Amino acid sequence: MSNTLLKLEKRTAYTLVLPAVLLVFAIVLFPIFANIWISFKDIELKDIRIPEPRAKKIVKSFSDDGSELKIVYKLRNSSLIQEIRNVKFQDKFPKNISILNLDSRCNFKSKKIICDFGNWEAKYKENFEIILKNIDGEKIKKEIIKSQKPILSGKSDNPLLTTNFTLENFKKVFYENNFIDLLSTTFYFTFFGTVGAIIFGILAAQLVNQNIQGRSYMRGILLFPYVGPVVALAYTWTLLLDPNSGTLNALLVNFNIIESPINLLGQKYITISIFGFDFKLRLALTTVIFFEIWRYFPLAFLFILARLQAIPQSLYEAAEVDGASPVQKFIHITLPQITAIISILFMIRFIWNFNKFEDIFLLTGGASGTRTLPINVYQQGFAVSDIGMGSAVSIVIVMLLLSFMIIYFRLIGKKANEI
Amino acid sequence: MKFKSTTIFLVISSFFLTSILSIWKIMSTLQGLNFTNLNITGNFFNGIILSLLFVLIGKRINHLIKIFSLSFLFSFLYFYFNETSPFWYIFGVFLIILFFTNKLKKYDTKSLTEDFISEKIIFDFITLFGIVFFAFVILFPFYIMLVTSFKTQIALLVNPLDFSLDYSKSLPELFKSYFVIFETYNFGRYILISSAVSIGTVIVTLLFAIPAAYAVARLNFFGKNFLSTSILIIYMFPAIVLVIPLYTVFSQLGLRNSIFGLLIVYTATTLPVAIYMLQGYFKSIPKEIEDAGIMDGQNWFGIILKIIIPLSLPAIASVALYVFMIAWNEFLFSLMFLDSPKSFTLSRAIQYLSGDAETPRQYLMAGSVIVTLPVLFIFIYFEKYLVSGLTSGSVKG
Repeated sequence: MSNTLLKLEKRTAYTLVLPAVLLVFAIVLFPIFANIWISFKDIELKDIRIPEPRAKKIVKSFSDDGSELKIVYKLRNSSLIQEIRNVKFQDKFPKNISILNLDSRCNFKSKKIICDFGNWEAKYKENFEIILKNIDGEKIKKEIIKSQKPILSGKSDNPLLTTNFTLENFKKVFYENNFIDLLSTTFYFTFFGTVGAIIFGILAAQLVNQNIQGRSYMRGILLFPYVGPVVALAYTWTLLLDPNSGTLNALLVNFNIIESPINLLGQKYITISIFGFDFKLRLALTTVIFFEIWRYFPLAFLFILARLQAIPQSLYEAAEVDGASPVQKFIHITLPQITAIISILFMIRFIWNFNKFEDIFLLTGGASGTRTLPINVYQQGFAVSDIGMGSAVSIVIVMLLLSFMIIYFRLIGKKANEI
Repeated sequence: MKFKSTTIFLVISSFFLTSILSIWKIMSTLQGLNFTNLNITGNFFNGIILSLLFVLIGKRINHLIKIFSLSFLFSFLYFYFNETSPFWYIFGVFLIILFFTNKLKKYDTKSLTEDFISEKIIFDFITLFGIVFFAFVILFPFYIMLVTSFKTQIALLVNPLDFSLDYSKSLPELFKSYFVIFETYNFGRYILISSAVSIGTVIVTLLFAIPAAYAVARLNFFGKNFLSTSILIIYMFPAIVLVIPLYTVFSQLGLRNSIFGLLIVYTATTLPVAIYMLQGYFKSIPKEIEDAGIMDGQNWFGIILKIIIPLSLPAIASVALYVFMIAWNEFLFSLMFLDSPKSFTLSRAIQYLSGDAETPRQYLMAGSVIVTLPVLFIFIYFEKYLVSGLTSGSVKG
């Protein structure tokens, strides 16, 4: 290929790729870096609104013949915490109008009133009144006056863009936030959710891989929980597990399996005694993990099934000839063939379970011992309204994720390419 | 006939029979039958006798006659020993026993002496049990979702186990929850918004992803390898770490509560998947076809439009469906960005409904059915496309 053609190819490639890259950078990469910025700032939800000067215009009759009108502008600073500097005000009127009480801060020229209100501190409020008079002595139409909206402008700091930083957020994350508990809950949830999903995935794949009737239907049905909307599924489960009139508890009580209903999603611990030993199980967290397994084992199932179907049948036939039992076939043929895909699935599912927010949020809202790191981001940022703190937790998540990914690419990155 | 294999056969087959009978009993209880005992030991004992009889009779009589007579006998015994129950329930028991005895077909006194027969028996029945178990566990919540939407709050509080439909009611009465959520809760609007956002996301994503995927698959440029690995890495980053900065920026730009804002975010988050899936497919198209296009004087855009797109319609369809489902099911961003009921998507609207403790649960479930049905229909109808798409790398969730 000639040089010009190569250049053309390059240029075309950039034109084709650029829109997508820019969009992804703006929405995905930029926020990750913005998180770093915000996490070092002492900033709350209410700070992020940029303060602006506002005016509400009220028009009242002043004289009996209607040739004079009083206008009240209710002026205020929209912010409760920040000042606005250099507020300018402007309003227009129809022809032949004069103003009887022109404020010293204002100017009236060619149908326009322009005022310079100076600086407004936080919560600033003022009722600014002017009285209009029609020079002709005719009635002023209120509608025209009302339809004209005043224009205000002013300067204020965007608290997001100031350069005062603090380490307070990270201190709070590590020392005042039950960080160890948070981390252990997250790992408990992630690890058991992942392992459970993979075990059930292997079982289901092994089943569907047999020669049974209705195999393709079965494959479709098994994927239902994965493709269904999380909101609908989570609320159905909440309803199913409800202690007061939920189906599961009602069934268990009805068949005398338990004596009284168990609050599966609202009880932090349950004590189980096995052989005289008392175990304290984190009940709500376990229930949430079961939901997680239920929703995501289909994915593991699908990948493992695809792998199982690619195993050459001749391997099993040879084993048959050698007199291998079904268990031996599974251990010596099937398992080695699926270890690679299982390790990849483990890592991918681990990362995504680690980030799981919706499922836990919808089932328990993070209560009764199900508070994981992503839930904490939401709670800090939007329930406590401490945006800086929420960002700091996000940064912790990103750091942990990056370390997982490095481990992932070190350990099985090469294997992933082979498949 | 060996003792060990026979025992294993009897125990495991009866275990299987008992578990299906129990599931049938549970499902019947949910139809308003008043059972309070699963009768596991009784059923298990019956199962052992049934399997034993079956094996002992062996091939002495025709298989069909054998299974029918055994099923009749045992349903009658079941009816005799258990609590009174309506005819349809006993008929169900009969069908289950018929199915069960038919599954026993390959076992007789002779086959129980084969090599590894115990393991084979265990594998066989565990497979059967597993299929019933998985189907039950998966479908049960969906079933509850559907039937709850036809009940009333009061009926469910009186008897939380009675999900039977009252056929004496008129149709509008039966579908009352659906009428209510459309009339009082404005679900028509939410369906429109959800559809608009999802379809919009599909269109914009494809517009951006097809050219980019083509460039990654075919053209040489500086930074190509970096781009294709960063697609994968970006794809691993969770929505929850994007939420706070996007929330603040969108608030300041006035993009919250706007469908446009949602559309941008959905497009950006689905783009990496779409590009990854599409470029894999584009690479599989023979390069000679494109060379022919270049000979005919087509430029790159012509090639994409006239060669690549027509040839990769199945892949594009699967990406489109997949993106549609992601956008339709998406919850986190709609929770963060939408506060005004005027701009709710379906998922957000259902979450909003549930926030009010007074909302009767049948409305919540009717809403859930409405948001679930389109996705399930699309999935069932296009299963083949979607499954191939899922396995080709789009595993987010």
